[in-house]
Amino acid sequence: MAAADKVDPIHQFHINKLIPLEIGGYDISFTNSALFMVATVVLASAFLYFSTSGRALVPSRLQSVGEMSYEFVASMLRDSAGSHAMKFFPLVFSLFMFVLTANLLGLFPYFFTVTAHIIVTFALAALVIGTVVIYGFYKNGFGFLKLFVPSGVPVYLLPLVVLIEVISFLSRPVSLSVRLFANMLAGHITLKVFAGFVVSLSSLGAIGIAGAILPLIMAVAITALEVLVAALQAYVFAMLTCMYLNDAVHPGGH
Amino acid sequence: MDAEAARYIGAGIACLGMGGAGIGVGNIFGNYLAGALRNPSAADGQFGRLIFGFAVTEALGIFSLLIALLALFG
Repeated sequence: MAAADKVDPIHQFHINKLIPLEIGGYDISFTNSALFMVATVVLASAFLYFSTSGRALVPSRLQSVGEMSYEFVASMLRDSAGSHAMKFFPLVFSLFMFVLTANLLGLFPYFFTVTAHIIVTFALAALVIGTVVIYGFYKNGFGFLKLFVPSGVPVYLLPLVVLIEVISFLSRPVSLSVRLFANMLAGHITLKVFAGFVVSLSSLGAIGIAGAILPLIMAVAITALEVLVAALQAYVFAMLTCMYLNDAVHPGGH
Repeated sequence: MDAEAARYIGAGIACLGMGGAGIGVGNIFGNYLAGALRNPSAADGQFGRLIFGFAVTEALGIFSLLIALLALFG
């Protein structure tokens, strides 16, 4: 069991202090989590900077990838929240690029996955929901509360429907943050568990090494699946942000 | 029963809820595929709604995974 003890699937999520800092009793150390958040921002910014610095009429390969990611998010926002919501494009695009880069960066071995921590994803979700609530009340006043009263519902069903709508609205920040967090966490744990099978089987001698090929194939397949999940979850996060912004821009009606 | 054992059993039972989410996600993609095969030209326009339905359904399964994780490590 010595090999199995060494493979701890949770170990990859441990936060280590790189530069210990403490100001006014608060621990604000620069951790490996902070390092990878900085790396994510630098990588995403560098990609967009270098892809747009050429500004050729006929785009290079890098420039067309940058333009595609821009147009992808812009059309997603325009289709689901209308052209009035385009003032939120910087928010949605930044969230999409941050989540996508963080998810993909976390797939490299020995790298830290920022989005596998609930506090990071919850901060992102709270930013989105906070924007929706503040802008909704700023733009529509108390008309924003029409969000909870769907049109065309019989009066005797209204109390129940309003209750359900309120609960569904309150569960949005939870589901938005937990979806991303749990997908990343579960994917990385699964990867590590299968990698652990390879290690513990191959310590059993020749037959074990032959048997370890199966979990090795599985680990490769799961890595491919995780690349898909990383991109899909970034898309889902941006998509749901657009849907929620739509509620702030057009409450009640569509 | 040992409290530790009860915790693991509870985490296992909580994960059963993910099966329901699995049925739901399968339904969504199956129906999307059925519709897309009948009218392939309309399929691309509904991709956003497909992903939205997938995300909303998946959230419920994720909630039960969260309960399982809380039972294990909380």
